[in-house]
Amino acid sequence: MDTTRRIILKATMAAGTLAVAAGANLLTPSTVLAAWPAKAFNAKKMDVAMDAMTGKGRPVASSDIKVEAPDIAENGAVVSVKVTSTLPKIESISVYVGVNAFPLCSSYVLSNQMEATISGRIKMAKTADIVAVVKSNGKLYTAKKGVKVTLGGCGG
Amino acid sequence: MARKMKIRAWDNGKSTSIKAIIFHPMETGLRKDKKTGKKIPGHYITEVNCEHNGKNILTCLWGPGVSKNPFLAFNFKGAKKGDSVKISWVDNQGGKGGSEAKIS
Repeated sequence: MDTTRRIILKATMAAGTLAVAAGANLLTPSTVLAAWPAKAFNAKKMDVAMDAMTGKGRPVASSDIKVEAPDIAENGAVVSVKVTSTLPKIESISVYVGVNAFPLCSSYVLSNQMEATISGRIKMAKTADIVAVVKSNGKLYTAKKGVKVTLGGCGG
Repeated sequence: MARKMKIRAWDNGKSTSIKAIIFHPMETGLRKDKKTGKKIPGHYITEVNCEHNGKNILTCLWGPGVSKNPFLAFNFKGAKKGDSVKISWVDNQGGKGGSEAKIS
């Protein structure tokens, strides 16, 4: 108990220092930050998020994408997701959950060295489909997997 | 740095497997502090860059929908044992961190 408290204290102090440093512009956020698609991540509706991410193109359902996630997630704060695909020349993989306050969870930009498999963990507000959108050879494809969420994980 | 992360990188025979965990609160900005009733400001990782020998292999763009202490796993080709894999991240409050691992 006591050690945990120490760690938390230390972490808080260090975080404080960091905030000051950032304020003083000592730690300039990396230039790549500009590439972060704020519009897509801040969108509250799935359509809007998708449009902001992909332009107006709507993805086509594909059986060459596999979304692996548990059928039932007891804790919506941590839902494991694995997206694999056999489509050629994959440029990016994005993961959406329509019922979340911010439907776009994550987007991965893959180089040609990458194998088309990405695993991660996401939050889910309630029972819904996890939607994966894969950009392959300039075209968009999608697949989904329903997950039953017992306890929502977005707080609020 | 107080914030830590773990990376494991190994040769799986066909390609290189990476598993990483970044210790980060990933606060959505929607949760309320139970004592004060005020909203806890959003604090989440926005971008993660993965490099192999200095060359970008994967860029992750994350939003608040990614779980606390995010986990990331992927495979990539074209590396050999002993090569270095570097993962670095930035968050929406200007925080950043990263770590490096040798492929075993």
